[in-house]
Amino acid sequence: MNNRLKNNLFKYWAIACTLFGIIMLGVFIINILIDGLGRLDWNFITDLPSRKAENAGIFTAVMGTLWILGLTAIISIPVGVAAGIYLEEYGKKSRFANMLEINITNLAGIPSIIYGILGLEVFVRTAGLGSSLISGALTLSLLILPVIIVATREAIKAVPKTISEASYALGASKWQTISEQILPAAGGGIVTGVILALSRAAGETAPLIVVGALTYVPFAPQTPMDQYSVLPMQIFNWISRPEKEFGVNAAAAIIVLLLITFIMNGIAIYLRNRWQKKVKW
Amino acid sequence: MRRKEKIIEFLLALAGAITVLTTIGILWVLLYETVLFFGEVSIVEFFTDTQWTPLFADKHFGILPLISGTVLTSFIAIFVALPIGLSIAVYLNEYAHPKMRRTVKPVMEILAAIPTVVYGFFALTVVTPYLQTIIPGLAGFNALSPGIVMGIMIIPLISSLSEDALYAVPKSLREASYGLGATQFQTSFKVLIPAASSGIIVSVILAISRAFGETMIVAIAAGLEPRLTLDPTVPIATITAYIVQVSMGDVPQGSLEFKSIFAAGMMLFVFTFILNTISARVKKKFYHKYE
Repeated sequence: MNNRLKNNLFKYWAIACTLFGIIMLGVFIINILIDGLGRLDWNFITDLPSRKAENAGIFTAVMGTLWILGLTAIISIPVGVAAGIYLEEYGKKSRFANMLEINITNLAGIPSIIYGILGLEVFVRTAGLGSSLISGALTLSLLILPVIIVATREAIKAVPKTISEASYALGASKWQTISEQILPAAGGGIVTGVILALSRAAGETAPLIVVGALTYVPFAPQTPMDQYSVLPMQIFNWISRPEKEFGVNAAAAIIVLLLITFIMNGIAIYLRNRWQKKVKW
Repeated sequence: MRRKEKIIEFLLALAGAITVLTTIGILWVLLYETVLFFGEVSIVEFFTDTQWTPLFADKHFGILPLISGTVLTSFIAIFVALPIGLSIAVYLNEYAHPKMRRTVKPVMEILAAIPTVVYGFFALTVVTPYLQTIIPGLAGFNALSPGIVMGIMIIPLISSLSEDALYAVPKSLREASYGLGATQFQTSFKVLIPAASSGIIVSVILAISRAFGETMIVAIAAGLEPRLTLDPTVPIATITAYIVQVSMGDVPQGSLEFKSIFAAGMMLFVFTFILNTISARVKKKFYHKYE
């Protein structure tokens, strides 16, 4: 009897713990909606920043985020997918591949702010790119590279060996097999991983602060060499101000940032489920 | 044809090599600037001075206050995340209906996907004011609130890794336990958790490492005041928050204050590297115990 009581007590405690996560998420979102929803309108998104809270908008920050995401995608996707293919298909047993593998595991555990320090020294100072969009995008690309590589490998691993064996049997070369058979079959998994990685990049603040993203830019960036702000930077700046009106702005901007993050995650999960259902070997 | 194949393989390997260059770059940058820093500040002072005030007129470069801040907030986070995360893992693994599992997992994924700056806002505007109603002496900036919020952020990390570890325990052990008439509670705590302990330890170490490196929550809600204390109710600063503080200010590049972020970054890198290496070792040594 005592044992059953313990069992039940733990069960209720564990349910409470599980609900805790869900409730916190709920409190979280409701609280931000109450604070920010009233402030959120079309003007808030299209207005330039301002010293007055009621006139300030997030246009330059949203444009900065879109620029950073675009550039980061252009840089990180080809490199990450290529490295993933190499590790999974070519370097299986080589020493170099073994070293790469350990190295990527280590990289994934390094705090994002350290990547900021790397970007500051290498891209901003040594390469002379300054606090430009391209410096920020290069820094974030290095940060999300391990995520893309791991996702690519997982996706390739899920493709049955019979597919590549059939391709080889028909006389296809290694690259023909990879590009014509394996990549199309692994495409869904790779795209899912890439979107999740980019959604992480969209929410990153710390490394961009270190490489010099600004909290105030008067105009939206026009070229990759321009200075910029991003949505999380704008939010951080507004949170840091004592006036309550800026807190409201921060909440409204958070709604926009969360929408971007959730939509990207939603697309990724949707693609993952669809792909899992569609592909039956 | 063969030539083309070789060129492609070379290009793909080159992409892989970029990750190695990243590691070398991080090590080189941190070492180079840290050596320059220690050319101007004594290494003894760095590890023994109890004040960290590079941005004041009276400059002290003692890293201890930043370390104490980092350890304090991380400890609070683990204190929150470990019992809750582990309970969730046991519950999902042993008690929950598959339907419940399918609902809880995506919610945990959402919690993990929220940008940290949003968690910072939550700590500052919701958790701190709420805690102040319970703890009268609590300062507006403190270690407690960002620590708790960081814990909430880390719950999914612990719950999902621990659940994987519990799931990996062979069915035969579980069935033997139930066969002897044990309850789910007894099976979980006397059989499964001990059997999965290495995986659970890995999840906790990774969580600590994650907490050490967490930046925005503490930069927003902990106060940016380096202080050698383990009192969670007063403003403190962490290594990461200090790096943010210097980066936000107009510190000239190349100055001693500027170099200090590299020395601080080096400390953070060393700590997280040690933790990640330990977790990799534990994983390698014990993970395939039952295979």
